[in-house]
Amino acid sequence: MDFLRPTSWREALEIRAARPEATVLAGGTDVLVEVNFGHRRPEALLDLTNVTEHQGWSEADGTVRIGAGLPYARLIDELGDRLPGLAMAARTVGSPQIRNRGTLGGNLGSASPAGDGHPALLASDALVEVASVRGTRLLPITEFFTGVKRSALAADELIAAVHLAPASGPQQFAKVGTRNAMVIAVCTFAIALHPEQRRVGTGVGSAAPTPFRATAAEDFLTAELIGTGQWERPRALPELAANRFGELVAAAARPIDDVRGTADYRRHALGVLARRTVHRVWDDHRTRRRQCA
Amino acid sequence: MRVNFTVNGRAQQADNVWEGESLLYVLRERLGLPGSKNACEQGECGSCTVTLDGVAVCACLVAAGQVEGREVGTVEGLADGDRLSDVQQAFLDAGAVQCGFCTPGLLVQATDLLDKQAEPSDVEIREALAGNLCRCTGYEKIMDAVRLAARRKSGHA
Ligand SMILES: Cc1cc2nc3c(=O)[nH]c(=O)nc-3n(C[C@H](O)[C@H](O)[C@H](O)COP(=O)(O)OP(=O)(O)OC[C@H]3O[C@@H](n4cnc5c(N)ncnc54)[C@H](O)[C@@H]3O)c2cc1C
Ligand code: FES
Ligand code: FES
Repeated sequence: MDFLRPTSWREALEIRAARPEATVLAGGTDVLVEVNFGHRRPEALLDLTNVTEHQGWSEADGTVRIGAGLPYARLIDELGDRLPGLAMAARTVGSPQIRNRGTLGGNLGSASPAGDGHPALLASDALVEVASVRGTRLLPITEFFTGVKRSALAADELIAAVHLAPASGPQQFAKVGTRNAMVIAVCTFAIALHPEQRRVGTGVGSAAPTPFRATAAEDFLTAELIGTGQWERPRALPELAANRFGELVAAAARPIDDVRGTADYRRHALGVLARRTVHRVWDDHRTRRRQCA
Repeated sequence: MRVNFTVNGRAQQADNVWEGESLLYVLRERLGLPGSKNACEQGECGSCTVTLDGVAVCACLVAAGQVEGREVGTVEGLADGDRLSDVQQAFLDAGAVQCGFCTPGLLVQATDLLDKQAEPSDVEIREALAGNLCRCTGYEKIMDAVRLAARRKSGHA
């Protein structure tokens, strides 16, 4: 096995092109488990530890660019105010030790349907910046996931960063698992209000071969809020609308039965999470509006 | 491959390291530092917790080559000769050690918590230790130990 350690992003891309069979290594919280258990015997490890260019974040022109190698712990501390939904999701990942090492780039690289970072990225229309010696592409997050643990990343590409707008309205993330810490999600739901676009964004995890947006539910709620003049004069969200929203989220799921839960349970739980979080974001929005007025 | 790094302030060199090997294996099997425990090798139990450049991590999930040129702190580095650290002494005094297998990881993680947060709330202690499993104590004595260490450190006991 070779241990390849580029010291710059450019060098990392060159090695990636020359050695497409190498396993990329960031925080190692997915890769090392597989190597320790012999599930993976890579011919080479391409370690990004010494490539600092992709380990920070920056903000420009109304977009936050999160380097793929930024550990969750720093994302929570440094971006929690700008990206509350993503930070909520990051807080549920593993334990402090895991959040100190694990990265959003690694979450995307694994492309697990249960990756906790993905729903929040979907709800906020994130773009994934992928790069190779051939150049850079910005992929909408909806086009990134192509199947269970499969992504649109080409063999010579690295994930460089994720781009998304700082929150312009309330955001929520909710996860069902057997306990609070250290669980792979049974199902997850993320929601973001985009008041300036008068739109609602969603993301669902662990309920289909890939993380996905519940577009029918988004469209229903967006139309409902506009149709009833809620953005001009926000009132409590009618129970009927919240219920319908929950039903549409549940109906969009294509879950499976597995050791963590049955498909029926997942669908039911998703409806509950959707209803609960839509109330939370809407109540939050109304309170903030009143405080501003 | 050869890996050069610092452990508890001392320069160390490990030879014939397999590229897929973990930091935990290097510490235990190549450097003779068996304090960090190996239980799950999948980040679930925290018994292998060490610091890497001052950040608490599971040594079983760090590839050996990733520590080249870096600083690792293990449970062996907590005591000053025969003098136990505040956190170690508090674990003894509070009766937080039974079989002791989880103890090294908990000591490193609790030390990291108190370095960052001198007077943590119970919720903060539980959150900080959420990745460290103990099969013996039921955690109550561990909570007592961390509270005691915090009080002693901040001079309230
Ligand atoms: C105990 C434990 C608990 C966990 N709990 C959770 C949880 O609650 N929620 C959750 O979502 N995940 C969880 N995980 C999984 C894991 O921590 C996350 O998926 C994490 O985001 C992986 O990041 P990493 O940097 O450690 O990735 P690595 O293990 O380094 O890499 C993961 C994958 O991504 C690829 N990769 C990494 N960086 C890049 C890049 N820049 N470009 C291209 N490919 C890349 C790697 O080749 C590999 O295939 C847990 C893991 C453990 C061990
Ligand atoms: S042995 Fe590393 S976390 Fe269990
Ligand atoms: S004292 Fe035995 S596992 Fe904690």
